[in-house]
This record gives sequence, C-alpha cells and structure tokens, in this order.
Amino acid sequence: MKELDPTILLAVFQEMLGPLLWVLLAIVVLGTAAFLALLIKERKLIARRLVLSQALGVLGGALALVLMAQVSSSGFTDAGGPIDWLLIALVFGLGLVGSAILVYTVGGWWSFRRS
Amino acid sequence: MKRDHKDSGARDGVIPPLSDRRRAFLVAGAAGALGIGVGHRPTKAAGKTPTQARIVIAGAGAAGLAAASRLSQALDGAKITLVDARKEHFYQPGFTLIASGIKPTNYVVSSTREYIPSGVELIEARVAEFDPDGNKIVTDSGQTLTYDYLIVATGMTLEYGLIEGMDENLIGKEGIGSIYHSPAGAHATWQSMSAFADRGGRGVFLRPATEMKCAGAPLKYTFITEDYLTRRGSRSKAEVVYNSNSQALFSVPIVSEKVRMLFQSRNIKVNYGRVLKAIDPGRRIATFSTSEGTEEQNYDFIHVIPPMRAPAAIRNSSLPWRTGAWAAEGWMEVDKGTLRHVRYPNVFGVGDIAGVPKGKTAASVKWQVPVAVDHLVAEIAGKRSDALYTGYTSCPLITRLGRAMLVEFDYQNNLVPSFPGVIAPLEELWTSWVMKTMALKPTYISMLRGRA
Repeated sequence: MKELDPTILLAVFQEMLGPLLWVLLAIVVLGTAAFLALLIKERKLIARRLVLSQALGVLGGALALVLMAQVSSSGFTDAGGPIDWLLIALVFGLGLVGSAILVYTVGGWWSFRRS
Repeated sequence: MKRDHKDSGARDGVIPPLSDRRRAFLVAGAAGALGIGVGHRPTKAAGKTPTQARIVIAGAGAAGLAAASRLSQALDGAKITLVDARKEHFYQPGFTLIASGIKPTNYVVSSTREYIPSGVELIEARVAEFDPDGNKIVTDSGQTLTYDYLIVATGMTLEYGLIEGMDENLIGKEGIGSIYHSPAGAHATWQSMSAFADRGGRGVFLRPATEMKCAGAPLKYTFITEDYLTRRGSRSKAEVVYNSNSQALFSVPIVSEKVRMLFQSRNIKVNYGRVLKAIDPGRRIATFSTSEGTEEQNYDFIHVIPPMRAPAAIRNSSLPWRTGAWAAEGWMEVDKGTLRHVRYPNVFGVGDIAGVPKGKTAASVKWQVPVAVDHLVAEIAGKRSDALYTGYTSCPLITRLGRAMLVEFDYQNNLVPSFPGVIAPLEELWTSWVMKTMALKPTYISMLRGRA
C-alpha cells in the first residue's frame, strides 16, 4: 500500500460522512488531548475510574456493532470468513477503546470540576 | 501485484501505477467501511498543462463527469464542454440495492450539475450526430460543436422494444421486474419481487445475448430473490430458474464455476443457451430462443434484462466497430489498452460505449478514464503516455443479503484480488457486502469529482 494517497481516503470519508467527519475527527483529537492532559495532571491511572470506564466501554463496543449493522443493513450474523470476524473484532474494539477513553477522560475532568 | 502495468513515462509522478492506485482506491473503500484511516505521504500533483484545446465530452454520466473533472485538473485554458440532456445523475451500482429493498429510490439520484467542475460548460442537449471526419458533433437542438478532441461517454441504450410484447411500462406489473431501467423501475421491481417472495411460485431470471452493463447483476438478483424466498418461508413453494444466454454463467470461467456451485447448493435451476425473445404478460409466458427453436416458460415473477446496444447516434456514425461481434451493437472501435479510437486518434471512448472485451461497470470507468485522459493530456503536452488499461473491473457479487463475493478480474480472465489472502475473491463475505453498501457510493462520488 506504499502508493496509498491519503487525499483519496479523505475524499471518500468526506463523501461518506459529510460534516459528521469533522465532528468525529474533532472528538477524536480533542478527546485524545483531554485524555493526555488528564494523565499528565493526575500522573497515574485511577483504577476505580478505569474499571468503570472499561465496563462502559464494553457497551460502547456493542453500540459500535449495532451502529455498523444499521448503516450496512446487515450484521455480524452474516460473517462468512476470517476477515469478517476480524472486522467485527475491529469495530467492537474501536468502540470499546474509544468510549472507554472518553468515559475515563470525562469522568476525570468532571471530578476535578466538582472538587 | 502481478499484472503488467506501466506508468506514464511522460508524466512521471502524476499517475502512480494502476495496480497501486486501484488498491489505494479499494483500500479507501475498505478503510471507509472499516472506519479506519490509513495514512501516507500525499503524492504531489504536477502542474497543469497550458492549452487552448477544445475538448467535447459527449455524455455526462459516470465516465463523462470523471473525465471532465480529471481534464480540468490537468489542463489550464482548455475549453471543455460536456453535452448531456439528462439533468439527473444516477448512481447505477445502487439500483440492485433499491430492487432488494435495502435502499430508498433517492439513494441513487442526484443532479448532474453538482459534479460539473468549475470552468467546464454543460450543454443540456442530446448528441444527435457524430461527425468524426469533420471533428464536430451536432446536438438535437441543432447546435454544432467543433472540437480538437472528443471523449465519447454516451453510455448505452436499453432496448426493451426488441423483446416482443415487452414494454417498459410493464415493469412492476404482471410479475415483471427490471432493475436496470431506472431508480423508479428498480423500486417497482422490488415491489414485484417482494410480493413474489411472499407467495412463491416460479421465478424466471435471465440475461441478454448482447454485451451488457454489470453482467453480475442478473446473478445477484437471482441470489437475492432466492434469499428472500427462504427468509419469508416461501422457498418450498417456489422454483427459481436462471436462463443463461450462453453455455456459461459468467464470462470469467473460474467465477462461472463458483456461481454454478452456489446455484446448485441453493437449488437454483440453470438453463443454458436461452435468450428471451417474447413475453406475454397476460398469460405470464416468456418465450426463449434455444439451439433447437423456441421454448415457453411460465413465470410468477420474471426479471427482464433487455438487449443493450450503442445509442442510435453512435450506431449511425463511423465510430463503431465495422466488423466482428460488436459491429451490430455499435460499440466504439477503441484500442482496449488506451481507449483511443482506432481510426480517429483525437477521439476516445470510455465507459459503457467502449468496444472492449470486458466490464461495462463503474469500476471499469474508474480505471479507464485516467488512462484515456493521460493519453489526451500527454498529446496536448507533446509527449507520449504509456498508461495502459488492463481490463480491470470489479463486481461485488451479492450472494445473499449481508454477503457478497468481491470478484475482480481483467481482460485475460485472471482474478486480480486487491487484497490477496485477506479478502478471498470467491468467498461469500460480510466484509465485501459492507464495502458494497457503505464504501462504494462515496468512492464513486469521489471518482466523479476526480478525487479518487
């Protein structure tokens, strides 16, 4: 894939998501920045909050699969080969990690605000 | 990638090798479907070629629009004129999805104007006459346009009238469907097919004996209908019959054999050497020609695919093949590697109208247009292009709702998978379905804009 041109990718994603692309990218960038800032501020991972966010992350992963099923008019029950299981794991994994980080970050900054 | 692609020596760096670009294109689609991004350093576009050339593009469908976008990106000062009477643009690869009840009619409809690059003129008229000896075309409104270069992208015509008793107004009535006709026709076909799937009966499927666009669609729709019958519990009350015009199910032998196996496992009966000649909607009888004469088949649902040929204006010109199988249907006599007309070097034919051995599909357009444009631009720049179209085309062959086989092949009937070992070409996969339903339309639209 050495010739892969990111402008093609960007063009396709723009056509696929429209303005939502920028919203999602903003969430990813700002979320990651807020997470890193939180880590620096706290200098450690808070175990209790981490477990909670991971538990909610599982829900996020499941939600990602449901969303995928909605937009593709199909679902993981249609899996027919190894790449399908990989894709399902990937969608679930991204949903899980993404929402876990988001929950952890929001929870962290929320507790700061309250204290 | 094993294929013999050559980059344009004249314009190094502008167009990367076809195989790599194709993979990038599909990766974009796949990555879009997967929700991931694959990043890499962008290729820097070369400067525009200055010119005063007058370029006429006949037809503003997928091929015409993609060509206009690429030409306007590559040339500075060219007078580019698109000629097409239709105001709406149809995303034709989506017709199957409408006819399968997956997408609404408006999924495939947009307007031609929204894809016209700035600086390109659109004349809303039909080309009535091609005069390649005089380097001009005449529109049906009587306007004459002269050109230095002509790109013919008129597409083809669906000849329902060549089937006795068939009328396009019958689509959606009397158990008759035809997904190719239009978005509304595809929707009407869905309603007929859905009613059939509820009741059961005899479903008759076929393909014409002419060249046709998306030769996978007749097979897809057979599979999808069989799937609906099964899902709705009517399969035991139904017979599904596929009538092939030849002795094969698909032009690529390995794909044909795979489809034969799937048809057998799904209890879809196959007749070879059958071509639909007449239809009697009142009695629900379809008459096919066979090697021995004719054969009548009754039906409760029939998917009619009409003969296809070049538009009359092309057939009446000197552009088509003059001998061989394509002469009668009027496909343009172009070089299969460069898409340049064999007798008129300043004329190119891209998309469905091109008389080349494979692929009247959007994927073909995707790989034909950059090659034709590269040759045209190189000539304007006084250079030579080595860009070559190898016949690559692809077909996400839906085998049931939620699964498809991503079949990719070339002129030589080789399978040319973009992801060998990852997405197996003859395996029914959800991933391929996801690409078809989610990623292909955005990729197609990007192609129209010259961005993919």
